Amino acid sequence: MTVEASWYLTLAAVLFTIGAIGLLIRRNVLVMFMCVELMLNAANLTFVTFARRLNDIAGQTAVFFVLVVAAAEVVVGLGIIVSIYRRRPGASADDIHGLKG
Amino acid sequence: MTNVLAAATIPDAITFVLAAVICVMGALGVVLARNPVHSALMLVMTLFGVAVLFVEEDAQFLAAVQVIVYAGAIVVLFLFVIMLLGVDQREAIERDPLPAQRPIAICLGIIGLAEVLLLARGRWPVGARSVSGALGSPANNVQLIGRSVFTTYLLAFEVTSALLVVAVVGAVVLARRPRHAPGGDDAPLGAVVAPEEGLDGPEATDPEATDPMVAGPDVTEEASSDAELADSEVTGP
Repeated sequence: MTVEASWYLTLAAVLFTIGAIGLLIRRNVLVMFMCVELMLNAANLTFVTFARRLNDIAGQTAVFFVLVVAAAEVVVGLGIIVSIYRRRPGASADDIHGLKG
Repeated sequence: MTNVLAAATIPDAITFVLAAVICVMGALGVVLARNPVHSALMLVMTLFGVAVLFVEEDAQFLAAVQVIVYAGAIVVLFLFVIMLLGVDQREAIERDPLPAQRPIAICLGIIGLAEVLLLARGRWPVGARSVSGALGSPANNVQLIGRSVFTTYLLAFEVTSALLVVAVVGAVVLARRPRHAPGGDDAPLGAVVAPEEGLDGPEATDPEATDPMVAGPDVTEEASSDAELADSEVTGP
């Protein structure tokens, strides 16, 4: 018998919290992006845990789609970051306020 | 903790604890590392830990995809961009415009985590067990995911392919340098994503190829035709 599902869910909650805190306290745009990936991984872990607990393959399929969307998101996000850094080198998240209303 | 873990077999418990420690240490490393390269490497550690947990939970296909796509492609992309932009960029903490944000964020995060753990204490997984899409044995995990993706979720799969095409086109458009501003650094933002330029093909990703100041005769006709036109208008008879 494998480890109880609640331990996996607890670990996923801890990972998500670390990612969320990192997203809030870091100013480097790239590190903020990595924290988003951490949160996505925590959600993936939850999906897989429930797939095993409820004996349903749909949870793993959802993780498959999350992986694809994460890849697309990283490609577009890093393209935006590169074009921002090309205009103003060394910009942190606080310097990028040109889009505010 | 011990009685819950005691219900599992010893190798499973050891694997879970080791992978969980690796995951949490990697996640803390991502947040706390000063150097973005170290953050990316710590992210790889977390991703490998999650992959181990996927294997532990009978998701073998997803574990392989996790290593290949995340650690192999996404983190490499991160490292590529970090190296492209320069690794010696320190975060300017001394001129932090929101000095109170960090402690407030940490407090709110810990409060939220404690709330989730307390509220869900003892009754995490709820819901009815599936009657149609059974998880099956580890031997046919790939078959089951394939059948699920190509039958039940076929529409979502097709939309995903469209999403990937849009993402690739968007990355190419975002990363290319505007042609009518050779410097590119002080161009207005609208010029970066000028829609009338269209896509010239694979060479559009190379910023030097679309730059008329450095476009040599080897550059393809599409990329340099405008530059030649401009030169002929200026210097021609």
